[in-house]
Amino acid sequence: MVRLFFGFIGRRGFGLVDASADFFREISGLYYLTRSTLYCTFIEPLKGKPNKWGPVWTQMEEVGVKSSTIVFLVSFLIGVILAFQSAHQLNRLGALEFVGALVGVAILRELGPLMTALVMAGRVGAAFTAEMGTMKVSDEVLALETMALDPVKFLITPRFLALLIMLPCLTIMADLMGIFGGFLIGVTTLGIDPVVYVNNSLDAMEIKDVVTGLIKSGVFAVIIVMVGSYMAFIIEGGAEKVGQNTRTSVVVSMILVIVADLVFTSLFFFVF
Amino acid sequence: MIEIKNLKKSFGEGEKRLVVLDDFNAKMEKGQITSIIGGSGSGKSTVLKHLIGAYTPDSGEIWIDGEEVSQLKGEAANGVRKKFGIMFQSGALFNSLTVEDNVALPMREHTDLNESTIQIMVKMKLEMVGLRGAEHLKPAQLSGGMIKRIALARAIALDPKIVFYDEPSAGLDPISIGVIDKLIIGLSRKMGITSVVVTHEIPSAMRISDKIIMLFKGKIIASGSPEEIKNSNDPRVKQFIEGSPDGPIPFSKSQTDYGEELKEMNHF
Ligand SMILES: Nc1ncnc2c1ncn2[C@@H]1O[C@H](COP(=O)(O)OP(=O)(O)OP(=O)(O)O)[C@@H](O)[C@H]1O
Ligand SMILES: [Mg+2]
Repeated sequence: MVRLFFGFIGRRGFGLVDASADFFREISGLYYLTRSTLYCTFIEPLKGKPNKWGPVWTQMEEVGVKSSTIVFLVSFLIGVILAFQSAHQLNRLGALEFVGALVGVAILRELGPLMTALVMAGRVGAAFTAEMGTMKVSDEVLALETMALDPVKFLITPRFLALLIMLPCLTIMADLMGIFGGFLIGVTTLGIDPVVYVNNSLDAMEIKDVVTGLIKSGVFAVIIVMVGSYMAFIIEGGAEKVGQNTRTSVVVSMILVIVADLVFTSLFFFVF
Repeated sequence: MIEIKNLKKSFGEGEKRLVVLDDFNAKMEKGQITSIIGGSGSGKSTVLKHLIGAYTPDSGEIWIDGEEVSQLKGEAANGVRKKFGIMFQSGALFNSLTVEDNVALPMREHTDLNESTIQIMVKMKLEMVGLRGAEHLKPAQLSGGMIKRIALARAIALDPKIVFYDEPSAGLDPISIGVIDKLIIGLSRKMGITSVVVTHEIPSAMRISDKIIMLFKGKIIASGSPEEIKNSNDPRVKQFIEGSPDGPIPFSKSQTDYGEELKEMNHF
């Protein structure tokens, strides 16, 4: 896929046919892996092969709990920055007390889910590719297969479930931290009355803002896990490839997260 | 019994195409130990990877217990895979799991045994390879030889009918080689396990094998009992067994003439 991104720029002209063939091969590979992951995760348990929750807990701790500090920090600072940036403009309109409303809505609808997903794509997506890619090159994935164990069920499913649960949770907490960051600046540096600030915020924010944010973060979770896993599973050869694909995995999942964000935002724009 | 018929496999395309196996035929009898020997890169591991279903042959057939397995997929392939254990050249232990969990994994996934029974069985397998007491170490904390032995313990965890060994004794000290050899012989004699051993170690292959197959450039150049191989008149077989640097088997893998290639490079 990345070959396409660079291919388009670098080899425009003669490489175009090649590049688009590659592109569609990667897309269909990603599609099939996603399909079998969804099957393993949601359909097979119904057929009497329940998921094991032990590995899911481990992964939830790995991807969720251990990412919370950085997610909190980033979103808190985003809240602070937003408050400062919007204060200047709103002040000119004489609407300084609406800083809370602006910060709240921006964080809930957009920045909370997006920033959390981007941080996680860098932190967790990279780790997924590196871990599973190393397993691929050291024949561990093959060993699983020869033990009649499905690598998808064994390696991807726990990570998939863990991130699908943890990313929305982290998003909610990031929302709270961001709003708190804005509030702190609003009532101290900007000198807005706390009651007014809170009232204005609550008036502006709607429950559907939270819900659309959470729907988006679920989609982002799927993107991060699937790109991370796919980039690991296509590795053939040596350790050098693991490094390359880890980088690719982060770049691709960040781009896809933003594209998906655009798609869903415009969808919600027209539907709601 | 395992039977391989007219197996062909090549990697790469066009200019870079490399024929790794060319018309490979072999029979591995039930309960016997068959060794595949041959130089580095002659295609030994590739044969094993076909047997375990990791590669699909370009053409040819693989029969295991009267079933053609080379084209099987999904559940059908898993059914066949449950019959055998494999010890990989690199060990391929799961790095995130302890030794105990590595050996216990196939038991936990494929049997209904309770946890305490599994722990006893893991202890038994580890005792067989002489590593009882290493249960709680991670693979990164093991030496190369220990990794091999744990990999062997994991391969026989479910008491399979067939075991494939890829270089079981490479990189081991002579005593450990003796132990592993004895183990392989014991497994096949006492439990009737069919063994396929890929190896470089000629003395070890001579000791344990019922039958030796020698590969050279993807073709079988000799096959028979250790005695027959020892007494073979084929200069290539002789050279390999004696390990002499001069002979019909070239050390260099290159296809082009060395002098010519150097001359070519002089053009700038
Ligand atoms: N997946 C692959 N893609 C391309 N070439 C391959 C692949 N696997 C093996 N080969 C090539 O096939 C040849 C035989 O490899 P194989 O691993 O079977 O050798 P081997 O006999 O096991 O050697 P060794 O004793 O060093 O383990 C080598 O030249 C190798 O480069
Ligand atoms: Mg090999």
